[in-house]
Amino acid sequence: MNAFTGTGKLIRLVLRRDRVLLPLWVAFLCVVPVVFVSAFTGAYPTDEARQHYYETSVHTRAFTVAYGLLNGSSLGELVAWRSGFLTFMVGLLALLTVIRHTRTEEEAGRRELVGATAVSRHADLAAALIVTCGACLVLGLASALALIGQGLPAAGSLALGLGFTATGWVFAAIGSVTAQLTTGAGGARAIGVTVLGIAIILRGAGDIAAQVGDGPAWASWLTPLGWAEALRPYSGERWWVLALAAAVVAALSALAVALSARRDLGSGMFQARLGPAGAGPRLSSPLALAWRLHRGPMISRVVGLALVGLVVGAMAASLGTLMDNSGAAARQALARLGGPGTLVDQFLTPMMVMLGLICACFAIQATLLLRNEERDGRAEALLATPVNRLRWAGSHFVFTLLGPALGVVAFGAAAGLAHGLNTGAVARELPRLLSAALVQLPAVWLFTGIAFALFGLLPRLVAGAFAAAVVSMLFGWVGGELQLDQWVVDLSVFEHVPKLLGGDMAITPLLIMTAAAAALVAIGLAGFGRRDMPTP
Amino acid sequence: MMTETDAITMAGLVKSFGPTQALNGLDLVVRVGEVHGFLGPNGAGKSTTIRILLGLMRPDAGTARLLGGDPWTQTGELHRRLAYVPGDVTLWPNLSGGEAIDLLGRLRGGLNRRRRDELIERFDLDPRRKGRTYSKGNRQKVALVAALASDAELLILDEPTSGLDPLMEEVFRQTVQEVQRAGGRTVLLSSHILSEVEALCDRVTIIRDGRTVESGTMAQLRHLTRTSIDAELAGPADGLAGLPGVHGLRGEGGRVRFSVDAAALDAALRQLTAAGVRSLVSRPPTLEELFLRHYDRASASAGGRHAEAAR
Ligand SMILES: Nc1ncnc2c1ncn2[C@@H]1O[C@H](COP(=O)(O)OP(=O)(O)OP(=O)(O)O)[C@@H](O)[C@H]1O
Ligand SMILES: [Mg+2]
Repeated sequence: MNAFTGTGKLIRLVLRRDRVLLPLWVAFLCVVPVVFVSAFTGAYPTDEARQHYYETSVHTRAFTVAYGLLNGSSLGELVAWRSGFLTFMVGLLALLTVIRHTRTEEEAGRRELVGATAVSRHADLAAALIVTCGACLVLGLASALALIGQGLPAAGSLALGLGFTATGWVFAAIGSVTAQLTTGAGGARAIGVTVLGIAIILRGAGDIAAQVGDGPAWASWLTPLGWAEALRPYSGERWWVLALAAAVVAALSALAVALSARRDLGSGMFQARLGPAGAGPRLSSPLALAWRLHRGPMISRVVGLALVGLVVGAMAASLGTLMDNSGAAARQALARLGGPGTLVDQFLTPMMVMLGLICACFAIQATLLLRNEERDGRAEALLATPVNRLRWAGSHFVFTLLGPALGVVAFGAAAGLAHGLNTGAVARELPRLLSAALVQLPAVWLFTGIAFALFGLLPRLVAGAFAAAVVSMLFGWVGGELQLDQWVVDLSVFEHVPKLLGGDMAITPLLIMTAAAAALVAIGLAGFGRRDMPTP
Repeated sequence: MMTETDAITMAGLVKSFGPTQALNGLDLVVRVGEVHGFLGPNGAGKSTTIRILLGLMRPDAGTARLLGGDPWTQTGELHRRLAYVPGDVTLWPNLSGGEAIDLLGRLRGGLNRRRRDELIERFDLDPRRKGRTYSKGNRQKVALVAALASDAELLILDEPTSGLDPLMEEVFRQTVQEVQRAGGRTVLLSSHILSEVEALCDRVTIIRDGRTVESGTMAQLRHLTRTSIDAELAGPADGLAGLPGVHGLRGEGGRVRFSVDAAALDAALRQLTAAGVRSLVSRPPTLEELFLRHYDRASASAGGRHAEAAR
C-alpha cells in the first residue's frame, strides 16, 4: 500500500458528492465567453465599430483592473479580454472545491471514517486535486471547442481555454496547501481567498502600469491571473507560459504533500491551543455566543477590506498623475473622458460595486454560519434551553448586518484616507468615498435578506444566495457593457445603487432595497419559526 | 388525560419525513419521579420523539404534553425545567469544553458550580480543550456534565453513554442514581445498553418502526420473558410440541431444549417429569432476551409493515 492507495475510490466519492455543483459551474463558465461572442458581434458587427470600441475601452482603467489588458480590436481579442474576469471565478471555485474535499471533510470527521478503510494518507488530497484539475481541463477544452464552433481561430481559442485551465490548476494547488495549514476549513478558505485577492490587486496594478508605460508592470507576472493573460489568446499566443504554470502547480502540490506527510489527521501546521477551563462572565447569552463565533471571520474580513481599500485609494490617486506623464495619446484619451476627476471616479465606481459584491458574500457567509450551527446539531443543544428560536436567529442576524457594515466603512474610510492623503484633500475625499461605499449597504443587506429567506424556507439552499449575488454582478457588469436589454441590466441589484462618484444621490432605490431586505428577513424568520429543525 | 403524576404524555404521535414514516402512532407516558427507559432498534424513532418533546419538530398528528405544557408553543417556560443531552453531541470548535458547559448552564438559568467541578473531576474531563479536539466520548461527557450539574426537574438523555468507556459508564450510572435519589427527578433515558436500562430504570417503553410495542414496569416486562430449559430425559416427551407457550423446541437423542413463557412453565415441567428427568438446567428469564426478540422481529416484519403502509 503506497501513500496514494485508494485515490480511485475517493475520486468516485468526490465526483458523487459534487455531481451537481461541479458540472454546473463548468457549464456556466463555458457559456459566458460564447455569450460574449454573440454579444460583441451583435453590438459591434463591423471592423470599424470594433476599432472604435477598442479605442474607447483601451484606456479605461476600471476595465483594465477587471479584465486585463486589451491587445487589439479583433473579435477574438475582445472576447478574450472581456473573459479576463472569469479567471477570478475559476480560481475561486477551484480553491474552494479543493478545500471542500480535504479540510472540510477532515474537520467534519468524515475523513476519519474514510481513512479507516483502505485509503492511504495522501489519497484525499490527490483525489480532490485530480477531480478539480480534471474539471478545469474539461472547462478549458470545452470553452475552446465552443469558441472554435463560433468561428474564432483555433489557436487563440485553445489558448483562452487553457488559460482558464492553468489558473484553475494553480489555485487548486494553492487550496491544497492552505488546507494543510489550519485546523478549520474557514481559516483555510480565508487564507486562500486572501491570496486570490492579492493576485487580483497585483494583476490590476501591473496591467495599469503596463498600459501607462510606467510603474511595476512586472507585478502581473507574480500572479496566475497574469499568466492566463500572458498567454495572449488571438494575439500571438505564447505557449511557454503554460510550462511556467505547470511548474508552479507541481511545486505547490509537492509542498502540500510534504506538509500533509508531516502532520496528524485533524491537525494543521498551526495547532489549536488550550482554552479556559470555564467561561468568562460575559459568555452567558446567545448574543455573546454569536459574537464569539462571528468575531474571528468578521475582524479578518474588515481588516482585509481596509487593506484593500488603502491599496485602491493609493492607486486611484496615482492614476491621474501617471496619465499626465504618459504622452499625448494618453492625454488625448484623458480629455475625451472629461478631466482627471472623472477618470479617478471612473476607476473608483466599479471598485465600490465590487465592494458591494464582496460584502454581500460576507453577509451570506454569516448567514451560512447560522445554518451550519443548525445542520451540525449545535443549535439543538441551545434550543433545548429556554432560548427560543427567534432570539437565537436574531443573535446571528445582528452580525449579518454588522459585519458587512463594518466592512463597507473600513473600505470606504481607508480608500478615502489614502486617496485624500495623496491628493492633499483628506477633508474632501474621505467623506466622499466613505459615502460612496456606504450607499452599497442597502444592496448588501438585500442579500442578507435573500439568505435569511432561504434559511427559513429552504434551508438546504442558503448557499444559493451566492449564485444570486454573482448573477446580479454579471448582469450589471456584462449587460450594460454589451448593450443587453435594460430589463436584464435592471436585474442586477447593484445597478440600482446610486453612483455617488460623479453621479447623483437617489434615496428612493435605497429605501426600496432596505424595505425589501427587511421583508425578506421577516419572511425567513416566520418560516424558521414554523419549520422543523434540524433539517439535514 | 394529563394528570399531576405524568411528566410526559404522548399519544398517537405520527411524523413523517417525505417518504419515511418515522413515527406511526407512538404512545409514551413518563411518570414524575421515575427513570424511564426508552428502547428500540436503530431508526425506530427515539430521537424523533425526543425532538418533538423539545419543540424542535412538530408532529403531523397526535398529542404531546410535557410537564403540563405544550412542547411546541411553551418552549421558554418548559425548557427552564429540563436538561437535555443529545444523541450526537457536537461542540463549538473554538469554545473549550468548560466554556460550553458554563454557557449551556447559564442559558438554562444557572448551574451548580460545586457540582459542575465535582462532575468534571468524576468524569475525568479536561475542560480546557477546544471543542474540535475532543474525542466522541469526551464530547459526550461535556454534554453530560452540563445536564447533570443543573437542577432541572426533568432530564432527557438520548443515548447518553454512547462512546463512553465502561468505567465512565459506571460513573454515569452512579451519578444518575444519586441525582434521582436526591431530588426525585424524572429521567427519560433512551439507550441501547440493556444492562444500563436494567440497572437504572423503573419503567420501560420499547418502540419499533415508530410504534410502541411494549410498555411497563421492569417486573411486568420480566413476566413477559421466557425461561430456557435444557433437559435430559428418560423417554420421549411428545406432549411438549403441542403445548402453547413453548418456543424453539429442539430434541436430539434424549435431550430437549426449549424456552417457555412464564404462564406455560408449570405445564411444560409436568410433561418433562412425566417423561422422566435425568438432568435439568434452567436459565432464569433475562430482559435481554425480551429486548432482542423485539429488536429481531423488527427486521423480520419490516417488509410486511412497509408493504402495508404502501397500500
Ligand atoms: N430530519 C430528518 N429527515 C428525514 N428523515 C429523518 C429525519 N430525522 C429522522 N429521520 C428518519 O426517521 C427515522 C427515525 O429516526 P430516529 O433518529 O428518530 O431514530 P432513533 O430511534 O433515534 O435511531 P438510533 O437508535 O439510530 O438513534 C429514521 O428512519 C430516520 O432516517
Ligand atoms: Mg437516535
